Parts: sequence; structure tokens; C-alpha cells
Amino acid sequence: MAEFKEVSPNASVGEKLLNWVDNRFPASKMYKEHLSEYYAPKNFNFWYFFGSLALLVLVIQIVTGIFLVMHYKPDAALAFGSVEYIMRDVPWGWLIRYMHSTGASAFFIVVYLHMYRGLIYGSYRKPRELVWVFGCAIFLCLMAEAFMGYLLPWGQMSYWGAQVIVNLFSAIPFIGPDLSLLIRGDYVVGDATLNRFFSFHVIAVPLVLLGLVVAHIIALHEVGSNNPDGVEIKGPNAPKDANGHPLDGVPFHPYYSVHDILGVSGFLIVFSAIVFFAPEFGGYFLEYNNFIPADPLKTPPHIAPVWYFTPFYSMLRAITSEMMYALIACVVGGAFLGVKNIKMPAIAKNAVIGAALVVVLLMLSIDAKFWGVVVMGGAVIILFFLPWLDKCEVKSIRYRPDWHKYLYAVFVVNFIVLAYLGVQPPSPVGERVSQVGTLFYFGFFLLMPWWSRLGQTKPVPDRVTFTPH
Amino acid sequence: MKKIILSLLLSVGLVASVQASSEGGIAWDKAPNKVNDLPALQNGAKLFVNYCLSCHSAAFMRYNRLKDIGLTDQQIKDNLLFTTDKVGETMKANIDPRQAKEWFGANPPDLTVIARSRAGHNGTGADYLYTYMRTFYRDDTKATGWNNLAFPSVGMPHVLWELQGERRAVFDEKTHEFKGWEQIKPGSMTAEQYDQAVGDLVAYLQWMGEPAQNTRKTIGIFVLLFLFGFMYIAWRLNAAYWKDVK
Repeated sequence: MAEFKEVSPNASVGEKLLNWVDNRFPASKMYKEHLSEYYAPKNFNFWYFFGSLALLVLVIQIVTGIFLVMHYKPDAALAFGSVEYIMRDVPWGWLIRYMHSTGASAFFIVVYLHMYRGLIYGSYRKPRELVWVFGCAIFLCLMAEAFMGYLLPWGQMSYWGAQVIVNLFSAIPFIGPDLSLLIRGDYVVGDATLNRFFSFHVIAVPLVLLGLVVAHIIALHEVGSNNPDGVEIKGPNAPKDANGHPLDGVPFHPYYSVHDILGVSGFLIVFSAIVFFAPEFGGYFLEYNNFIPADPLKTPPHIAPVWYFTPFYSMLRAITSEMMYALIACVVGGAFLGVKNIKMPAIAKNAVIGAALVVVLLMLSIDAKFWGVVVMGGAVIILFFLPWLDKCEVKSIRYRPDWHKYLYAVFVVNFIVLAYLGVQPPSPVGERVSQVGTLFYFGFFLLMPWWSRLGQTKPVPDRVTFTPH
Repeated sequence: MKKIILSLLLSVGLVASVQASSEGGIAWDKAPNKVNDLPALQNGAKLFVNYCLSCHSAAFMRYNRLKDIGLTDQQIKDNLLFTTDKVGETMKANIDPRQAKEWFGANPPDLTVIARSRAGHNGTGADYLYTYMRTFYRDDTKATGWNNLAFPSVGMPHVLWELQGERRAVFDEKTHEFKGWEQIKPGSMTAEQYDQAVGDLVAYLQWMGEPAQNTRKTIGIFVLLFLFGFMYIAWRLNAAYWKDVK
């Protein structure tokens, strides 16, 4: 047990109370560690708003979600009507509902920008691997949360979107049909599906999500934040003041708390403009078809997931039986280059060739639909490995060779093009483009150990670049 | 960084222009914006109750919500209640769904949020409804004797035919392209009056899709004004703290 501290009998009531608490719970200690004495680099730019904004959106989603659950009915016969009841008869229900529906899209916008920040400044590099890994797990949870939440309004898109995605699981060999049955709880999406998705959406996934967010922040505060220069402000050689605090850092509170409030105000302006003036956002945030109640007998002509899933959906659709030959060529080529260029014992070489052969055989014998699912899942899972794929000498894009910047730009454009194609009905041209896009997406990550070493990096300064405001 | 943002913008522009060029079906006429126009909405409500509600429900819409468009409980009771006697009830059609299916081949859809669900690349849901209600024509090959340009082979007959009269659609004999209308029997309204009436009806449907929409926009203005003020304060507060950081 820690030492029991006494305060002078003349101290104020507040001081006495805090002392009483501090002797039983590390309130002041945590406040110092995570806020008033958590030093963050002083050169954060625009991109650093999105972490705190993600937290804000999480809070918005939880609070509005609590109120929605008070009026929503997870029942196939009542769900659609209960949402309209919220929109019409519940006082301020429309505001709560629009905040929640806009919040879902806002969450993905903010998180995509947050991840992009990590990508360009190398925030996933040692020692921040776990921060990144926890973050990827959060992203995965968020996708599950959004997918299951989207079923709840029980409109046509809710219903058929869920039907299409759950059917994907049935493409898995052997266990697929039973697995999709287990997920749905029925042979088609129905009341049982709605009930279990509701349970997952409001209890299970949010619990995991909150735990991961705490882990993400604890890991971040353990290793300290990265910054646009990728300079370690707390390293053994970094300049420090007499108290041992980094000269290039400022305490999170008050400096970044007031800074983030500025970010919050900007975010809320955009968020409110959408909530109050364009809550459907042209059919992207609330799809028009979803104002038609779910009808299991009437398949809509064009089923598209909500915009934030479309890059991955595009990659799923890109995997046709034709595309399998391209993928097989990639596996064979990869194995050949690996064996030829990487030094390893003969037995390992044989193992690589053997494994490649097995994979090729599987690719030839299992339906392309299954590999589409593998590719879609892999597109998210591959993010987890980013810290070990990037072999560049420097962290930040600022000091990487110029052509790296163009490569990142192409990556972003490619991602947006894939997202666009995922919204569109299938077309021959779109299919080709999405196939090239899929290969580029995976090539970007899988070839990173090779390309990230190439080119002349620029000298990284000893201190962060900072111009006083 | 600037290059990245520029390329982002470029790709968004590309996406938008491709989207604009991939349309299908007939073009939709632009519906007049009357969702703030109380007399028009009231007239629309009257048309809705008289012509639509016999077959279509608006099962999520309560009669007394019509107070939002300037009617009183008494006015609603006296003029608009046909299917119930309580203003707190929702707008339910009297038609038996099974019978409807027999007559029209499909259940008449609920109209509460119809204006929201029919939006598409050609325009808003209101545009669609405005076009749909104005492109009925006589077609003896159909069971109801009616057909529609915006919704070919529609199961619904032209319920407003007394107002618009009966028309025939003239198609090009070779290309089957629509060329124009030919009035067979005059209606009780002129073409302008009919467009006006349909505009009112569509405005009502649009309003009924989200009765809170006008309140929402008004509140939104105040919220944004507040947030701009808040942003100014946040900006100055931030500057005040950061001025000492060297």
C-alpha cells in the first residue's frame, strides 16, 4: 500500500476531499499522467485533430444511441415503424436519430482521416506498433458495429445489404452454410437476425470498442505521441528542461485541450450543417431505398452498401474467376521472387514453394466468391501488419523520397476510386478498374518491405519544426 | 500535402461528372418547392385525404400533426377525417389489403415517407412524384385502362382523371419515343391548374415525409450561428494559450 498522506488541518474542504480520494484512488496521479503532465509534441498540425474528434463522435453515438434504444423496437414487424415514431412522435427524436445516422458516417470520415495521418507520418512505427494494432482492431469493431446497426431501421437496403453480406460467409468451404445460418439465426435474414444484430450493436460490440479505445489511449500515453516530423521528443537524446520535460513538448492540458476544442468547434459546424440541412447527404448517409420497409420478396435492382464499406466491397466484386488467374500469377511470382532474392536455408525455400503450390491448388479448386471474401477481409487485416511492412529509414513522409509522396497520393486516389465503384452498379469497365485497384491496394502493402527501402531519404532534424503562433 | 489535397479534389470531381452522365429512364420535371407554403400544403392535404387515402395509408402520420401546417383540431375533424373519428389516429386506408392486391396486382404502398424513398439520380422524390402524377395516359392494353410514363405498366389507375381529363400519349411509330400528349376528354381543371394542384399534393407528400423538416432547418440556422460564435471564442482561447509556446 502506498504511503498515507496527511494535509494540514487548515486546508480547504476541497483539498481535504481530494486528499481523501487520492489516498484511496489515483485521481491526481491519473490526471497528471494523462492530462496536465502528459507531454505531447508542440508541432501537431491539422491532421492531429481527428483522434480527439473520433472520441467525440464515439460519445455522440453512445449518448444518442441510449436515447434511441428507449424508443426503438427490435422486431421485424415493428422496427421500421418505430424509427418513424422516433422521427415524428418522440420529442426531438428526429434530432437524436439524425445525429446517430450522421454520426455513423462522421465516425468513418474521422477515423479514415485519423488512419491516413498515422500512415503518412509513420505513427505505427516502433515503439507505437501496439497503438496502431489496437487502432486497427477498433476499425474492425467499428465496421461490425456499423454493419449491424444498419440492419436496425429495417428498410430495403438494411435488409438486402445484410442478406448479401451474410451470404458471403456461406462461400467459406465446409463450414460456410452453417456459419451463415448461425449468424442469421434463420435461413433468410429475419426477426431472429434483427434481434441478435440489435444485441450485438447495443451491447457486445460497444463494450469491446470501449475496451479497445482505452487500450489505444493507454498504449499511446505509454510511448508518447508521434508528430509530423517523426522526431522522438522523449528519447534519451532529446532536449529536456531542468525538470526533465521535453523541450519540444507541451502538457496536453491546457495546450491541446484548448486546441482540440477549436477542432471540435470546426467539426461541429460541419456535423451540424449536415444534421440540420442535409441529413440524407444526397442518399449517401441515409439511402433512399431504406425509406421502403424491408420486403423479403422484392429484391432491389441495385444493392450497394453504405459509402464507408464501398472500397472493400469493390475489392470483393473485383474477384471474378478471370481475376483468379491474375491472383495465381501474383502468388507464383511472389514465391519465385521470394525464393530467388531472400536468403534462407534450402528447407525454407522448399516450404515456400510447397505453400505456394498448395495455395494455387486451393485457388483453382475453390469458388472465386470465397476468394473475394478473403480479399475483402484481407484488405482490412493487412493494415494490422503495417508496422512490420514499412522498412523506410525515416518515419514521416516529410523526409521520405519525393516519389513516396506520389505513391501515397495514388494510394488515396485508388481508395477513393474503389469507393466510388462500390457505389455504382457493376459494369465491365468498372470491374477492370476495380481489379487493377485491388492489385494496387495489396501491392502497396505487400511490396512495402521492398519499395519503402528505395530512394534517398532526407535528413531528419534533431528537433521538431515549429513556428510559434 | 497540397498535391495530395489537389488530387483528392480532382478525383472527387471525376466521380461527380461520371455520376451525372450515367442516368436512365425519362427525365423528371422539377417539382415546385412549396414545403413552406401553408395554403399549398393545406390544399395538398385535402387532395391527399380525398384521392389517395382511399387506397393508400400513411400509417406513421397522425391527423393531428396537420396542426403543423396551420390547421386546428376542429378543422381536421370537420374536413379531413373520413376513416376514423379521432385526430390522434394515424392515416389508415379503409381498403382491405387482400382486395387491393386482387384489384391492382400489388398492395398500394404506404405513402408516409414515399417522397423520401423515391429520390434518385434523376431528382428528388418530389420531382418523381410530380412527374408521375402528371404523366398518366389512356392505354386500353392495361387492366386498369391507364398507363404512366414515369412508371410504365403501373398498377394504379389515374385517380385524378376527373381533374386532368383523359389523355393519350403519342409515340413515334418507328422509335417508340414519346412525342407528346393528345387530350381526349377535358378535365375540370386547365393544364396550369392541374399542375398547380399536383404541385400542392406533392408538397404535402414531401412535408409528410418529414414533418419536422421546417423546424429542423430553422433550428439549424441558430445552431450554426452559435457554433460560429463558439469557434471564434475557441480560436481566441487557443491563441491566448499558445502565444507563449516558443
